[in-house]
Amino acid sequence: MTESAYRAVAAAGMLATEESHRRLLQSIVGVARAIFKAKAASVFLFDEDADELVFEAVSGEGEGDLVGMRMPSSTGIAGWVLVTRQPLVVDDLSADPRHARQAAEATGYVPNALVAVPLLTDERAIGVLNVLDRAEVDRPFSLAEMELLTLFADQAAIGLDLLRAGRKARSVAEGGDDERAAVVARLAELLGEDDDGAGLRLLEALERVLRGRG
Amino acid sequence: MTERLLPAWSLRAEEVDGIEPAPVWSDRVTREWALGGSTGEGVDVCILDSGVDGDHPLVGGLSSAVAVEPPEEEGAEPRIVPDELGDVCGHGTACAGIVRSLAPDCRLHSVRVLGAGNAGSGDLILTGLRHAIEQGHRVVNLSLSTTKRRFAELLHDLADAAYFKRTVLVASAHNMPVESYPWRFASVISVGSHEGEDSLAWYANPDPPVEFFARGVELDVAWTGGGTLRCTGNSFAAPHIAGIAALVLARHPELTPFQLKSVLYLTATNAGGTT
Repeated sequence: MTESAYRAVAAAGMLATEESHRRLLQSIVGVARAIFKAKAASVFLFDEDADELVFEAVSGEGEGDLVGMRMPSSTGIAGWVLVTRQPLVVDDLSADPRHARQAAEATGYVPNALVAVPLLTDERAIGVLNVLDRAEVDRPFSLAEMELLTLFADQAAIGLDLLRAGRKARSVAEGGDDERAAVVARLAELLGEDDDGAGLRLLEALERVLRGRG
Repeated sequence: MTERLLPAWSLRAEEVDGIEPAPVWSDRVTREWALGGSTGEGVDVCILDSGVDGDHPLVGGLSSAVAVEPPEEEGAEPRIVPDELGDVCGHGTACAGIVRSLAPDCRLHSVRVLGAGNAGSGDLILTGLRHAIEQGHRVVNLSLSTTKRRFAELLHDLADAAYFKRTVLVASAHNMPVESYPWRFASVISVGSHEGEDSLAWYANPDPPVEFFARGVELDVAWTGGGTLRCTGNSFAAPHIAGIAALVLARHPELTPFQLKSVLYLTATNAGGTT
C-alpha cells in the first residue's frame, strides 16, 4: 500500500487491527455476560456472502472453540431474530427437542434460557447478540432489562460493524475482489496527490448526487 | 340514480339520500358491546411468520398453510407454495397459539416467510403479505419488521391496500432505537408490551407511534415439539391484539380497520374497559 492510500484509509478510521476489533467484541460479550450474570454470551456476525450466521465472539460456555462455527441465517431462534429484527426472550428452551438436538450437535451446550437481540446498524441487520442461561431465570424478565439489553446491543452492533469495516478495508488494501471498494481505494490514493482540491470537490459533488438518488 | 362512470370519489347531491347508512354504535361502546360472548367464529386470521405447527394442541389446526419460496429464476417473483416444513423456529406456532387462546373459533392461516435465508427475506415478506391481503383475511399478524428503506415504500403501499380492503394488519413495535416498518405506519395497529398477566388487558398509548400495549412478558406459549415455552417480547403482544381484533370482528364484521382501531381505543383497559 502506498503512503497516500495508507493516509486515506487511516483517515477513514479503518486501520484498527483484527486483533483489537476482536478484543472489543470479546469485551462486549464479557460485559453482557456479567450484566445478566449469565453462563454465556455470544455474538453472531451475519455473513452476507454465505447467507449464514457465524460465531464471532463467545464468553463463558463454549469460549475458545465456538468462534467460526456457522448456523443457518433464517431458521432457529437466532435466524428468526435476524430476519424479523425483533428481540426475543425464551426460557425452558430444553423443552423444545429440536432446538436441544441442534444446539447439542452444533455447540455441545444446550442452554435452557436464551435472550437474543438483533444487531442493527443503520438499515442493516449485521448479527445477533445472545445471552444464555442468565441468573435468576425464575424471576420474571422485566421490560427494564429488555431496554437495557437493547441499548447494550447498540454498542455491540457498533463493535461488530467496526470488525466488518476493518476486514473490508484490509480486503481492499490487500487487493480484494470487491470492485466498488477497489475503485474507492484507488480514488483515495489519487486524492493524496490532489494538490488543488479539485478532485475532492468533484467527489463531494458526486456524493451529493448519489445521496439525492438514494 | 345515474350509473357512475367513475369510482365513488365524490358524493353528488342526488346521492346523499341514497348513501348506505353508516353503522350506528351504542351511546357507550363497551367491551360487552364490542366482544361480549364472541369466540372469533368465522374470522380469518393469518400468521405471517416462521410457519405454524398446526398439530400443536394449543393451535388446534390450520385452515391453510403456505410458504413463500425464493424465485426459481433471477428477476422473477417469489413463489407461493404449499408449506411442507411447518415451523422453522417455533415463533409462528407461539403466535398462532396466542390467537387461538383468545379467539378459539377463528380460522387460522399460516404464511411462512422464513427459512430460505436472510438474504432476500424482505422480498419474501412483501410477497407473503400481498398474498395474505389478496386472500381477504380479516386480520394479519406481523410480529416482524424490516429496517430496509427500500422495502418501506412498498410495505406502506401494501399497508394502505390492506386498510382499504378491510384487512387489519397488527404489527409488533420495535423497542430499539432504529427506524423500522411496518409498525410505524398509521394504517396498521402497532403493539408494544405491558408487564401484566391479563391477556385481555390492553392499553391505548396516548403517545404514538406505538398505539397499544398488550401482554408480552413472561407468558407460556405453544412451541414446536408439542410443548410450551416461557417467552417475552413485543412479538407476543401483537397476537394478543390480533386475537382480540378477531373477537370484535366476529361480532361486528362490518367494521373497517379505522373503526376497529376506534373500538379498541374506546374499550382499552385505561379507557375503562374491563374483562
